[in-house]
Amino acid sequence: MSPRNVIIIGSGPAGYTAAVYAARAQLSPLLFEGSVTAGGALMNTTEVENFPGFTDGIMGPDLMERMRAQAVRFGAEILTDDVTSVDLSGDVKRVVDGNGATHEARTVILAMGSAYRELGLDNEKRLSGHGVSWCATCDGFFFRDQDIAVIGGGDSAVEEATFLTRFARSVTLVHRRDSLRASKIMVERAMADPKLTFAWNSTVEDVIGDAKVSALVLKDTVTGAARELPVTGMFVAIGHDPRSELVRGQVDLDDEGYVLVQGRSTATNLPGVFACGDLVDHTYRQAITAAGSGCAAALDAERFLSH
Amino acid sequence: MGATKPVTDATFAADVLGSDKPVIVDFWAEWCGPCKMIAPILEEIARDNDGITVVKLNVDENPQTAASYGITSIPTMNVYSGGEIVKTIIGAKPKAALLADLAPYL
Repeated sequence: MSPRNVIIIGSGPAGYTAAVYAARAQLSPLLFEGSVTAGGALMNTTEVENFPGFTDGIMGPDLMERMRAQAVRFGAEILTDDVTSVDLSGDVKRVVDGNGATHEARTVILAMGSAYRELGLDNEKRLSGHGVSWCATCDGFFFRDQDIAVIGGGDSAVEEATFLTRFARSVTLVHRRDSLRASKIMVERAMADPKLTFAWNSTVEDVIGDAKVSALVLKDTVTGAARELPVTGMFVAIGHDPRSELVRGQVDLDDEGYVLVQGRSTATNLPGVFACGDLVDHTYRQAITAAGSGCAAALDAERFLSH
Repeated sequence: MGATKPVTDATFAADVLGSDKPVIVDFWAEWCGPCKMIAPILEEIARDNDGITVVKLNVDENPQTAASYGITSIPTMNVYSGGEIVKTIIGAKPKAALLADLAPYL
């Protein structure tokens, strides 16, 4: 079988948008959406209020389902499987899926996105699923009328904290600085929420609990003083790291593991390999910027194929 | 009808604890994205393995059982054998990883 034109790895806004553009350019793209991560980070969010065109907002999973359907409509082939290894060096790129089958293409678009970051505490890992959670929409339900904490100060932390006040008796937002990075509208909403309190200049030193979480040990970053915060749940939202393990050693990465691209393009150091979305983006990390860079990657791949 | 069966607070004791085969219980809910991702994988595992029963417990409709087992994160997949939990898997995983975790019971 001759190699395909394009294989896309990843299925957030970047991957699906790349598939829409590549399919409309009649490149017959094959997209690996992941066996349990299809749709990407937005699948675990609630309302997306800032995606242009949706005047009343849209649920994250709903938005991703629409992007997927749009790609399928133009003939993109989508496999709900993972990619376990790649060989991107030659003119023909090889991609191995979760069943061990090899797929070949002349270009590959990398759109693996990012994975949530952990605090890195032993007890965080041990109590994961026993009060420690990374998915407010999945697990908020279990903390009805309880006191819980959200760790972080960005948009996702503030969104989660606000969402969790629906269930919890109180939510403490623990942030290592004295102000939030999150967008102004979300900060204002959080500040006005009577169930939400803030632990500023605080880091989590430890998670306490035998079978389940009973408290956090917080350290004041200014005074150095430690104190206990009695909570039964901890939701960690301290950011994300790029999911670049698959291509490490083949594609050039920066010190933090983001894929390096050339100038304003999506071209990596390897001819025919393009990267987009949160995998390359230190700065913006929005659904719309990811979608935009997915579009750019498909156009870059199309241009490469026509030469 | 799929290869997995629903269980409820009312049927849990008989269908799970009283089963003579090992039982995988998938604690899930409608609003949980990762639960939906693993649903088809669990269907396949149920279909392909006669030695084990796979059941689904909706935590929204059956809060008692979920609470009594201290479930605070879904999806959680508990394996019960002879009425006891012998394995707990928390969070969605690819099929190969799930099969590796479940291998002793299949």
